[in-house]
Amino acid sequence: MTTKQKFGFGCALLGAIGLTTTAASAAEQITFVSQGGAYQQAQTVAILDPSAKKLGITINQDSIPDAWPAIKTQVGSGKPIWDVVDTPTGYCLRGGEQGLIEKLDFSKIPNAAAMPEAYRSPYSVSYEFYSSVLAYSQKTFPKDAPNSWADFWDVKKFPGRRALRNHPIATLEAALMADGVSPDKLYPLDVDRAFKKLEEIKPHITVWWTSGAQSAQLLNDGEVDMEMAWNGRVSAVAKEGAKVAFTYNQGILQSTSLCILKGAPNHETAVKFLNEAVDPVHQANLPLHIDYGPGNPKAFETNVIKPERAAQLPSEPANAAKQALMSYAWWSSPAGEAAEKRWASFMQK
Amino acid sequence: MLALVSPALLVILALIVLPVGWLAWQSVYHDGFTLENYRRVFTEDVYWRSFALTFEISLAVTLIALLLGYPVAYLANSLPKAWSILVLSLVVLPFWTSVLVRAYAWLALLQRTGVINQFLRYLDVISEPLALVHNTFGTVVATVHILLPFMVLPLYATMQKIPGDLMQAGASLGASPSLTFFRVFLPLSLPGVLAGCTMVFVLCLGFYITPELLGGGRTVMVSMLVSRNVELYNQFGAASAVAVVLLLSVLLIFFVVSRFISLDRVLGQK
Repeated sequence: MTTKQKFGFGCALLGAIGLTTTAASAAEQITFVSQGGAYQQAQTVAILDPSAKKLGITINQDSIPDAWPAIKTQVGSGKPIWDVVDTPTGYCLRGGEQGLIEKLDFSKIPNAAAMPEAYRSPYSVSYEFYSSVLAYSQKTFPKDAPNSWADFWDVKKFPGRRALRNHPIATLEAALMADGVSPDKLYPLDVDRAFKKLEEIKPHITVWWTSGAQSAQLLNDGEVDMEMAWNGRVSAVAKEGAKVAFTYNQGILQSTSLCILKGAPNHETAVKFLNEAVDPVHQANLPLHIDYGPGNPKAFETNVIKPERAAQLPSEPANAAKQALMSYAWWSSPAGEAAEKRWASFMQK
Repeated sequence: MLALVSPALLVILALIVLPVGWLAWQSVYHDGFTLENYRRVFTEDVYWRSFALTFEISLAVTLIALLLGYPVAYLANSLPKAWSILVLSLVVLPFWTSVLVRAYAWLALLQRTGVINQFLRYLDVISEPLALVHNTFGTVVATVHILLPFMVLPLYATMQKIPGDLMQAGASLGASPSLTFFRVFLPLSLPGVLAGCTMVFVLCLGFYITPELLGGGRTVMVSMLVSRNVELYNQFGAASAVAVVLLLSVLLIFFVVSRFISLDRVLGQK
């Protein structure tokens, strides 16, 4: 934990037990929350520190693997201590509908206003992209590797042990693509059809993984021969020498977004920061430090990212074209929430 | 007197009574009083299955831990002091290792390319790796290992209090060693058995990390239900209701057990 993070954490603690923090604010500051680990370190170097310097503000950092319950409790208590959260886009949308997230005024966020409409919502701006891809062991499949979700479902042509994420998001999309739905025609998801297709593969799933680290371990140790995994996890394992690879074909392109908590203590500074954070140059810096794609596609026009590097990234236009763009709007709709609830009974049957 | 204990009472109030009270409140209040959350817990399949599975696993773990733990405690009790310390430290040492580390260690042992499968294949005992983990079996194995000290220690404490004279008296009256064991020693050690079983069973009810890592996603125990309700389904009320039901089951078990033995005497004894 850096001093900044410690400070943020301290504030969080104080706030949590209901004390008022009267931080002497000589300069403007915000508290920014992300998911920690290598990812937060990378964005600190690429985006947070340069933004703080340029705007002349202090960015206090806090990290939490899953921000949603904390957002709910903080805003629910009426006195949030966080300002900006980097979290899966669905939470920003759901939070917006439940009055936990501020509506954004894009006239004050010109960098975001210039982004494609599919990459933002009234409550959120895409910040970085990752992809749920089909990953496989090159030991098991030295040639003719599985290349589509139909291949993943084809246990005769591609015998081997399989793993999927223990979560309906992206898994239902994969099932529908395996059943022949084209990536651009997924939404609204045909939930019945997706679960029916999942029943087919269920007996062949060895592990339903719950954390990214677990998915990496499964592939690395040869516990499974193919699985759905996040691209950054697979490439990290490959870099360490494991014989594993993945394809962007029919990947599900997902994003985390920035959003501002309702009643954030430093709302105005937070808006300024939001604009700065999706600045194409800062955004282009991110993939130099970690295998995630920039949320702002203009980053690919800055010449900061070399072409061979760009080709590895999930949101690079040619890679993005092979994939399905996840609709967080659908997942946070009542139909999406019903599908999430149905997952529990599907798993336990 | 009250002035002396009031700091302790305040701590208990702030750290236990208030949060648990809030938990209970949250399970029945959502825009007004409602029993909807409890209705779901008691009628929906998903919840039933998890509670049933959790009790089954806890029962299996308790029985296996008793079968493994009793001989160990007996051995530690009958050996000379120096040796019994060695036996007990072998039981307690892993106890000081993080649960997470031990769960991963079991993964390294049990998985398809793990030590055990590799060894069996090397010996040509098996041709295909056995499915030892990512199922209920792996969960039970690791959980037994983690909870074993909670069985051995109360057993040992109880056995220590059984006077050796009684066994000698039995022998002097002509009973064989096995007869003295079954007629004298075993009945006298039963409070330890009950205490150990209660500890293991109750701790197992709330296990989270081990089934999460070794269950392969199919072994959904009650604690995982609580976390999924919060993380995945955003149902704080449902999560609270599950937690309250689990808490009440544990209290009920402690209440029933305390009718038979004085738990604090067994557990508080060195």
